[in-house]
Amino acid sequence: MAAVESARPQAAKLRWGELEEDDAGDLDFLLPPRVVEGPDENGIKKTTEYRFDEDGNKVKVTTTTRVRKLGKARVSKKAKERRNWAKFGDAVHEDVGSRLTMVSTEEILLERPRAPGTKEEPSVSEGLGPIQPGAVLMVCRTCGKKGDHWTSKCPYKDLAQPPETFVERPSTADAASAAPGGAGRSAYVPPSMRGGGERTGTEMSRRRNDENSVRVTNLSEDTREPDLLELFRTFGPVSRVYVAIDQKTGMSRGFGFVNFVHREDAERAINKLNGYGYDNLILRVEWATPRPN
Amino acid sequence: MRPILMKGHERPLTFLKYNREGDLLFSCAKDHTPTVWFADDGERLGTYRGHNGAVWCCDVSRDSTRLVTGSADQSVKLWDVQTGTQLYTFNFNSPARSVDFSVGDKLVVITTDPFMGNPSTIQVKRIARDPADQTSDSVLTIKGPQGRINRAVWGPLNKTIISAGEDSIIRIWDAETGNLLKETDKESGHQKTISSLCMSADKSHFLTGSADKSAKLWDSRSLTLLKTYQMDRPVNAVAISPLLDHVVIGGGQEAVNVTMTDRRAGKFEAKFYHKILQDEIGGVKGHFGPINALAFNPDGRSFSSGGEDGYVRLHHFDPEYFSIRM
Repeated sequence: MAAVESARPQAAKLRWGELEEDDAGDLDFLLPPRVVEGPDENGIKKTTEYRFDEDGNKVKVTTTTRVRKLGKARVSKKAKERRNWAKFGDAVHEDVGSRLTMVSTEEILLERPRAPGTKEEPSVSEGLGPIQPGAVLMVCRTCGKKGDHWTSKCPYKDLAQPPETFVERPSTADAASAAPGGAGRSAYVPPSMRGGGERTGTEMSRRRNDENSVRVTNLSEDTREPDLLELFRTFGPVSRVYVAIDQKTGMSRGFGFVNFVHREDAERAINKLNGYGYDNLILRVEWATPRPN
Repeated sequence: MRPILMKGHERPLTFLKYNREGDLLFSCAKDHTPTVWFADDGERLGTYRGHNGAVWCCDVSRDSTRLVTGSADQSVKLWDVQTGTQLYTFNFNSPARSVDFSVGDKLVVITTDPFMGNPSTIQVKRIARDPADQTSDSVLTIKGPQGRINRAVWGPLNKTIISAGEDSIIRIWDAETGNLLKETDKESGHQKTISSLCMSADKSHFLTGSADKSAKLWDSRSLTLLKTYQMDRPVNAVAISPLLDHVVIGGGQEAVNVTMTDRRAGKFEAKFYHKILQDEIGGVKGHFGPINALAFNPDGRSFSSGGEDGYVRLHHFDPEYFSIRM
């Protein structure tokens, strides 16, 4: 009884007596109408429709499509016909999964050239100034300052040593004492270990440098000493940089040390660069030894 | 823009050509198999199998029924565009480098490389409407330029043939008699081999690109130098926009930069210049190797580039492109 009553409002248009004929397909009026939720801001369109399956059960079908407008194309009639041509040659057995044609994942822009005078990349021309035509670019390997002096004339030549000559602090002291004795036997003595008044001065300055030592962690695997030097030089003269490298793979082990000449520069570097994003990683910059105050 | 990447070729691309309506894109590469793609979404339609050597150049007839390709296997083949069947083969004594249909598609100009004592030639062949009537006879044969002729095209109204090549001189020949009408001189012309040549849509002017790191715009009738566009790398491919006053130039490897590793892959770019002001508009990066082929869609709303990396990159311009102000 109840079923008939509820069916009556829907059956008002078509009397059940007229349904005696076999038009099972026309039972569609019993189904709710198709609902199309139009393309939203992401282009997603949802179509909800209802139909009867083989057993006569009501089935709700939801189709979600992403509508992407590529652009208006005014095609000629011939072009439309060509669209329906059969594939030939190597394209005959093309399965849907063949990834021959792909839309680029990157957004590519028509990059406008920068106005003359602005830098293209941050690493170039740091503190260089306008280059006069015909001038020679003097690069000093020791302190990295360009345009000022050559390596042999570097005023800081006793400071930043190339990383290969890095020797442990205690063994340097031992080697330093042994080397002058060995010099007489015509062994090669590196300049840092030669006898002379300089030595005490450099040792003292080196010791002071250790208190100005900054540890940098969370480096990317292809960061090297020159990269750290470039990054930290802006805070002041750097006497040494070191990046721990895994000998087997050649990649950085993720940490390194930077020794500043002046303590204040080290402090500023820590404040500025801690948390700085460098090559997709956030750097951690802190004092190397427990905070020497 | 979101370029569409099409990796149908295993070897470097050599040439790209759109059909007249701009719905098909033909690509030639060193892998012996020219390919045709739909120009709107980059879907591959088919390949033309039959060549035994690198395919250097192709051209398609105005009604998009005939494709002609020139290959290093010393032959030029005529194909049916729709089915991929070979209709005819012209055989030569040396690799064929450049092919171009005349207006009306009744003639085709073919250049052959200098090879084994044979000098380079420019030959004109007649194309019969019915492939069964096709013969191999040359209507005209021009010999003369030293070195390889990289490109020869028909001038306006099929009256002239314009050729450019390794000797860096552009020559205009009479299309009926084969006489040399004009040539550029060494001072104003290119200094090194001319790698590419592109006619404007109305054939009134053309653009040449050369290994001397510049591209030059010339008048087709008087061969006067109109504009010069400076690049920082040797130029491999050039194209003129049919819609706006833009030209696009694609180049090769900066010799200096070979040893510098750049972590950003895909930094080879196609550079856009303003045709009249000669200023650089910008560059479109993306290729992993030098760009060897460039082509604008005849409607000017998209362009494609082919690189040494075997990729064809199809770019549909953003709306901002059409309102660029210099």
